[in-house]
Amino acid sequence: MFSASDLRKGLKIEVDGTPYVITEYNFMKPGKGQAIYTCRIKSMIDGSTQMKQYRSNDKIDKPELIEKTLVYSYKEADDYVFMDENYEQIHLSEKVLGDQRYFLKEEIEVDVLFHNGQPIGIELPIFVERKIEFTEPGAKGNTATNVMKPATVEGGYELQVPLFVNEGDMIRIDTRTGEYSERVR
Amino acid sequence: MNLPSEHVLQLRHTAAQAIRSFFYTRKFWEVDTPVRLPAPAPELHIVAEPAGAQYLRTSPELHMKRMLTAGAHDIFQLGPCFRAQEYGSRHRPEFMMLEWYRRDADYMIILQDMQDLISHVIDTVSSQTGLSPHFDPSNPWEIHTIQDIYLERAGWDPVSNFDPDRFDLDMVNIIEPSLPPGHCSILMDYPSPVAALARRKPDNPLVAERWELYAGGLELANAFSELTDPVEQRERFEKAVEEKRMRGEAVYPLDEAFLAVLEDDGLPPCAGVALGFDRLLMALTGVEDIACVLPFPH
Repeated sequence: MFSASDLRKGLKIEVDGTPYVITEYNFMKPGKGQAIYTCRIKSMIDGSTQMKQYRSNDKIDKPELIEKTLVYSYKEADDYVFMDENYEQIHLSEKVLGDQRYFLKEEIEVDVLFHNGQPIGIELPIFVERKIEFTEPGAKGNTATNVMKPATVEGGYELQVPLFVNEGDMIRIDTRTGEYSERVR
Repeated sequence: MNLPSEHVLQLRHTAAQAIRSFFYTRKFWEVDTPVRLPAPAPELHIVAEPAGAQYLRTSPELHMKRMLTAGAHDIFQLGPCFRAQEYGSRHRPEFMMLEWYRRDADYMIILQDMQDLISHVIDTVSSQTGLSPHFDPSNPWEIHTIQDIYLERAGWDPVSNFDPDRFDLDMVNIIEPSLPPGHCSILMDYPSPVAALARRKPDNPLVAERWELYAGGLELANAFSELTDPVEQRERFEKAVEEKRMRGEAVYPLDEAFLAVLEDDGLPPCAGVALGFDRLLMALTGVEDIACVLPFPH
């Protein structure tokens, strides 16, 4: 359990069984009154946010969170199967992975976050490289980086790339934003 | 940035000088009282920082009252106070407090000091630093009783039916944000359960003679017609200790020296104001974060 005075930006707490991270925090205390802690909290499950107020005597649940490094192995129907160091299989659903599923590749190491034993999210390497499978050809000699066009990379992920990027090129994608970072070759 | 801002230093110097000249002109004595105390006043929700076997003062109140009993007439003090665990955009665990007491006065008489002081500080600071003040104290001050403002804006009456949790939550969520920016507002006649060290109104014991000054929604100062009855004072201290104990807060010994002075020598009728110096500077400059007016913000 946390007490209200432990609250601060970045702290992970549990509300009604859901883990949240505190994204905004303010301490208020009316004259001669009790401390009131106003927080904006963001669900670690679906990213939704809400405001929450605590008083000085409130107790706040501490989420049981464990991070494990797993190796991605293969896709099975809608599930993505990972292996831990004991070769035990862990299934993550498409819903938990969201767009990050596009950046998985066999044998890639990812940090998986578990809440009460349930996997709730993964942390990928910041950059992954992908080959462009489809994009309209850009105007020849145009190296402008501020004009973008749609492209699809291997695995089916769609993003915006600069005009000079062609089919067959390798690009680097920032997995935190899902956006194009640079052309590799 | 490890060096304080020159503007902040100039602002603090000018405001402190204005405060001192204001009180010197009115023949107040400047006093100093111990910072380390064996027995800080027990106030619910205010936690004293331990210092060895003693505590850092949360307020200079009890010692200043003993000075009044000793014969001092009107007194003021500008100095640091300490309140554990208070840290936020309007709070620091160490802050500067201005406190003054006027003999033979009540909370409405001392309100005139407050109005005159705010005008004097704003005039001095704006003429000496070129700062255009963020609020104008010559705008009419809004004066509300707690009962009226809660009935009007929060839809309930905390005087006839006090609920401490609801009172504090509505204060920060509804009442304070509704106070007009650029204006000074006074909230007065607090329910007696939050009288603190204020005397109860002779004709209505459900409320205490206490007011708070706000600049916009920012609380600046707290004032009382001081409680002088030694029996009621001891009862309130004991009740506050008991409530602190029940809430799991640290408790300290009662200040028996202060209580003995009240019992044996008597505290003359008086009124007092405690004003947060750093908050006053926030109001003058219109900043949202106390860090902006501190020489060493963190």
